[in-house]
Amino acid sequence: MTADPSTEPAPAAHAAPPPARDLPGSGEGQRHVLVVLVLDRPGVLNRVASLMRARNFNIDSLAVSRTDREQVSRMTITLHGDAVRVEQAAKQLYKLVDVLKVQDVGATDQVVEHELVFVKVRATDQNRAEIIKVVELYKGRVVDIAPESVIVEATGTESEIDALVALLRAYGIKELVRTGAVVMLRGAGSIEEALKWEGPAR
Amino acid sequence: MTITKGEPAAAPGAVQTAPDATAATRPERRSHVPADGSASAAAVEQARREMLHEGPRQRIKRTRIGADALMEALMLQGADTLFSYPGGVILPIYDILGDYPEIRHVLVRHEQGGGHAADGYARASGKVGVCMGTSGPGATNLVTAIGTAQLDSVPMVALTGNVPAALIGKDAFQEIDITGITLPMTKHNYLVRDADEIPRVVAEAFYLAKTGRPGPVHVDFTKDALQQETAAEHPTLEEVIAGLPGFRPTVEGHPKQLKMAAREIEQAKRPLILAGHGVLIAEAWDELQAFAEKTQIPVAWTLLGIGAIDETHPLAYGYMGMHGWKHVNRAIQSADLLIAIGMRFDDRVTGSVRTYAPYARIIHADVDPAEIGKNVAVEVPIVGDAKRVLEGLARLAHEVDPATRQPYFEQLAEWRRESEGSSWHGSGAWRDGLLSADYVIGRIGELTSHQATMVADVGQNQMWVARYAGFRRPNSHVSSGGLGTMGFALPAAMGAALGNPEAETWAIAGDGGFQMTSQELMTLAVDRIPVKIALLDNKKLGMIRQWQEIIYAGNYHSSHLPGPDFLKLAEAYGIPAFKATTTDEVDATIRAAQAVDGPALIWFEIAEEQNVLPMMPAGKGLSDLIETWGPEE
Repeated sequence: MTADPSTEPAPAAHAAPPPARDLPGSGEGQRHVLVVLVLDRPGVLNRVASLMRARNFNIDSLAVSRTDREQVSRMTITLHGDAVRVEQAAKQLYKLVDVLKVQDVGATDQVVEHELVFVKVRATDQNRAEIIKVVELYKGRVVDIAPESVIVEATGTESEIDALVALLRAYGIKELVRTGAVVMLRGAGSIEEALKWEGPAR
Repeated sequence: MTITKGEPAAAPGAVQTAPDATAATRPERRSHVPADGSASAAAVEQARREMLHEGPRQRIKRTRIGADALMEALMLQGADTLFSYPGGVILPIYDILGDYPEIRHVLVRHEQGGGHAADGYARASGKVGVCMGTSGPGATNLVTAIGTAQLDSVPMVALTGNVPAALIGKDAFQEIDITGITLPMTKHNYLVRDADEIPRVVAEAFYLAKTGRPGPVHVDFTKDALQQETAAEHPTLEEVIAGLPGFRPTVEGHPKQLKMAAREIEQAKRPLILAGHGVLIAEAWDELQAFAEKTQIPVAWTLLGIGAIDETHPLAYGYMGMHGWKHVNRAIQSADLLIAIGMRFDDRVTGSVRTYAPYARIIHADVDPAEIGKNVAVEVPIVGDAKRVLEGLARLAHEVDPATRQPYFEQLAEWRRESEGSSWHGSGAWRDGLLSADYVIGRIGELTSHQATMVADVGQNQMWVARYAGFRRPNSHVSSGGLGTMGFALPAAMGAALGNPEAETWAIAGDGGFQMTSQELMTLAVDRIPVKIALLDNKKLGMIRQWQEIIYAGNYHSSHLPGPDFLKLAEAYGIPAFKATTTDEVDATIRAAQAVDGPALIWFEIAEEQNVLPMMPAGKGLSDLIETWGPEE
């Protein structure tokens, strides 16, 4: 015999069957950008990447660099997910001992966001000038010219770069590399200054 | 007839007389204990003497090396026991180990056993457990034990050696990227290449392992780091904390959240406390009881929350989840408020989240913020240590008159009578006069006055222990909950017996799990660690067989598990052993094992096809319990 859930006596106040409980993280996903300040210690990139993989988060892009603070590096991670899911990613990242600060800046438009792209485009004497014109429209520039190709460099938001790449595709893309987004909050506020750490003991 | 004649030879003053009941009910031929002067008893004694380095030790003057810094650091952290197995690259440690008699070295027979022993030690004592293995296979053998500690938040420091720094990355003999392997399954890990780093790293490892939500920390030392001379000093606690700027656990619950929780509690008509492992880790059992009594809220517990409240307390309601008591799951499904303390809404606890506790608002307190909102959405999150949070809640909550909860309590009592009356007899083995596991476990609980440390293995035996042993003392129940590691019980009991030597220690294992780590019988014998082993032998992988019967239409592939003659096996290790095949032999064999001054084993040949019921099928909800199975009476 299997118990019939409908026979479970409900509290009198709840005559109607209750709605199903939400599954955390199952909502509609949006793009989020996490800024992660980490201690520059061996394996820290491995720790972050391994955690994201193990917890089933898909990283769209990842940019890592030093900061102006000794021993502090900065990672910029873009990913998709609903707010609860991305918050869970942030909380899990916080548990890493080498992680100092995690901030989700994706939900705000109070950030400057850019990435850099290099595109090696097929070019002929006939269309080279046209390519250069297209690139200039996107505030990019040509950084290398060869008889049959040019290298285009551009910076911009993810969608700006997407649009430029889509246009360049018509000429034939031989090679492409993007750095992934980096972001910074507008105004005087600073994620680094919010760190409650004065740096390594001397 | 003396049943303890096979007592390992030199046990002066051991109790040599059996209780009368034993003599009356247990035929002598069932006891295959090694006789005095038998080859196996003598071999054990010889091994013991050799291992304890009896005789004068030659001390030579020498410089302080990395291995010394490690041993000093262990002692500074209060470690008194090291479960370990030697190997090439950790020989520098073994070379100086004899100079540190303050630390008891337990030579296990497999590194996994050492890892589980450190785990059991930690759970029974509340201290950090320490295990060690060599590079390569020694380290990978520790992995299962480290994973077990990770999933159950057990404070453990696992030490391994690695090849000399210059050989790292060259696929040297017994080299494996062990820090790469343990990275996702530890709270933190280190590779130490410089002896000067050892004091700081070991101090950090202990601090991380035990602070906030506990967990295992792995430290890998290159062989040369262990051998280098060093003058590095040990850091103070302040220096350790300053060196870990990314680790600042929140202990105090936020006052605003506590107030919100108190308001919810005030308004609830059918509240229920869900007590988890966090209550035991925070040593918050008194606070739990005080809060429950003040607010008159019944307490249910998770598998690892067993012991958080005395099961005989009037507000103690029972064990929840997949194989929990039906009355407890019904209470959860009809509650209007769940107050979850130090638990994580694991799938074995909730079943289908969609249909879980449909009427309940949820207050969730945990020291790990990532646990809150991970599996179920909650109305009131509280990040904080269980002790502090319970203190805070008790302070803010108003005293409740039990009379105002009368209808609720009557309902709960009625459900409880119904559920306890219906599911005791399991599959019906009891009716057929066969020895049933729930009976055996109930008797062990009774005959140990519910004060023993009971270390369960994994599977049916684990669920029977959780349901029928009757726990009254915090940390008296030890079980691999999260990882569900078969083979856990015997080595973990070994550690638990050393971690809490005051308590009688029982390992309760099925024949499957027992055969995974039975080599530790030799460690028990040589180190004379007084673990009593209850081997529940149904000649099956019982839980696998149960799932195959109920969910896979009786397709019993590979769940039949022939075993050896366990009396002869125990005899070969020099461990007194007894056998019970009928119900009336149970008490006598338990008493006989208790009378042995040292380890002992009881082989219970239990009913082969007993099921643990009720059971919530995977993917279903707490209201979808299977309560009976097979032909009705």
